[in-house]
Amino acid sequence: MSKPFTPKVVTANDLLKGDVIYQTISGWCRDLADAEILRDEAHADLRLIEGSQQISEVVGVYLMDVTVYGSALTTTHFREEFRATGPSNYAHGKQSEHKQEVV
Amino acid sequence: MYTYNEFDKSFIQTRNAQFRGQVERRIDGSLTEDEFKPLRLMNGLYLQLHAYMLRVAIPYGTLNGGQMRQLAFIADKWDKGYGHFTTRQNIQFNWPELKDVPDILDALAEVEMHAIQTSGNTIRNVTADHFAGAAADEIADPRPVAELIRQWSTDHPEFQFMPRKFKVAVTGSTNDRAVTRAHDIGLRMVKKDGVAGFEVIVGGGLGRTPMIGKVITNFLPQEDLLPYLESIVSVWNQIGRRDNKYKARIKITVHEHGIEEIRRLVDERFSIVKGTFSGIDQQRLAEYEKQFAAPEFTAKSDAGFKDAYHNDPVFRAWCDTNLAAHKADGYSIVSISIKKHGQTPGDATSDQMRLMADLAEQYGHNELRISHEQNVILPHVHKSDLPAIHAALKTQDLATANIGLISDIIACPGMDYCALATARSIPVAQEIATRFEDLKLEHEIGNLKIKISGCINACGHHHVGHIGILGLDRAGVENYQVTLGGDHTETAKVGDRAGPGFAADELVPAIERLVDAYLELRTGKDEEFIETYRRIGLAPFKVALYPEAQADAA
Repeated sequence: MSKPFTPKVVTANDLLKGDVIYQTISGWCRDLADAEILRDEAHADLRLIEGSQQISEVVGVYLMDVTVYGSALTTTHFREEFRATGPSNYAHGKQSEHKQEVV
Repeated sequence: MYTYNEFDKSFIQTRNAQFRGQVERRIDGSLTEDEFKPLRLMNGLYLQLHAYMLRVAIPYGTLNGGQMRQLAFIADKWDKGYGHFTTRQNIQFNWPELKDVPDILDALAEVEMHAIQTSGNTIRNVTADHFAGAAADEIADPRPVAELIRQWSTDHPEFQFMPRKFKVAVTGSTNDRAVTRAHDIGLRMVKKDGVAGFEVIVGGGLGRTPMIGKVITNFLPQEDLLPYLESIVSVWNQIGRRDNKYKARIKITVHEHGIEEIRRLVDERFSIVKGTFSGIDQQRLAEYEKQFAAPEFTAKSDAGFKDAYHNDPVFRAWCDTNLAAHKADGYSIVSISIKKHGQTPGDATSDQMRLMADLAEQYGHNELRISHEQNVILPHVHKSDLPAIHAALKTQDLATANIGLISDIIACPGMDYCALATARSIPVAQEIATRFEDLKLEHEIGNLKIKISGCINACGHHHVGHIGILGLDRAGVENYQVTLGGDHTETAKVGDRAGPGFAADELVPAIERLVDAYLELRTGKDEEFIETYRRIGLAPFKVALYPEAQADAA
């Protein structure tokens, strides 16, 4: 039996700024909390294809695992945690920035 | 130093204009990422975890005050006010935006710098001994030869689409400070019958399959250098493994075919290639030698230095740790540590860069060097100027007396920045440095090289660290493997893996146990960690690292 599908979010880097972005229902956001949670495998695959087609906006699109507790969303792997916050040696990157819609 | 001629200037301007057009076409959607990626990589532009990263070459680690000041300007204008010096004598800017990169490249061109061939399957930035032209133990300054190799390898039509990247390092001293045995080609200057030539080492490299390079010829006359290098790269370019990225480096080619067969093929190729060199390379080399002529050293009193040395213990400790022997009487080589305890190894702020530029101009014949150990060097300083330099360095947290000590750690950017990393390196380096500073033990411990990589690609040279640390992802958790007894010098050796890895919070205590064991086991203060390790081997250190395993066995 195949592994049950776990919740996912489509993520990428912004073409111009290079920073980490997440797909929303209508575009892309910079805060994981605003991302569209994908609970169905077929729908996730479709959203991944849709994200990957936006070649003039985003780079390196893929599906990342997330954990959903009620309405809260957290990363499951430490690499995604760093992508969602920024480096640990300086308060740079997302941890120092405000929420901002991209598209 | 080498100064660009009209050809160099127009070459860089043309490349920058081409890249500006490529960036414009990527932004307007005419180029896909698949089309653009090889173009940006040819110009040193990566996309990392949080942002783009621009890797700028500092050829053979040499730069002048004006260049350093321009790096500071770039850091302030287009980045976050700092840059990261790497183990291959490059500087990396961690936060540029795509649209700004063409402007950054133009700003670099203003000071005769660029980012060409700092990435991709090409011959990368040629690295050299960071004490080149200054060291007391040097046969000759290796930088004219390094410049010759740079000119030859830049945009070389035969070597733009090779099986994999290719790295060359050169040292003008028999004491190897350029890690030549861990490069695709290492060149170590040696003398035979009073004439300088090169021991040529091939097939070294770290990464997932660490190999110490093998000597392909123990004496190559200087005039044969370029045709011989071209023959080596040419042979590998043809028989190197293009079917498997992980077997594509020349170290695997040498390993699979054997050094004798590679030597035969290279000699065969050399007999053809040699005739195609008309001698222009030697004319060029003679020009470069003039450009790298040593500054005029002066004889003056060093009484002020001696007074300060006797009266100021902080200055004395810094001198004892951070100075190296210069070839000229009354002069010293100053290593500026950019690794104050708790700071990120290799990072310098724009203010620090400007101060180092000022000091180079005022006291150091306008020369600076970047070491593969991620520090900055003032190669030519008269001892009488050392007290003033030390006082100035203190104002920017640059006077840390830790060169060669346990807190002088090499660390790659790791998962804090790098898209390839499997774990973080920087916090590990910060914690080790801070811990031993708290213990006030590092001067007692003495020479000890800790080198940390955040993945098996080994940018942090962990294989050749006296203590090497490799960060891995073990089932979704950061885990650190320790290797012991590595050596990066002319007696290069790959370290021995000590045993199972450590969780992040277990690592620093384990390193502390290891160092405690060394302090117990050494014959005296004169026996460095690496010497103790060579004398008694891995077993006693293993006991220190894994006390619970001993308890279980008992």
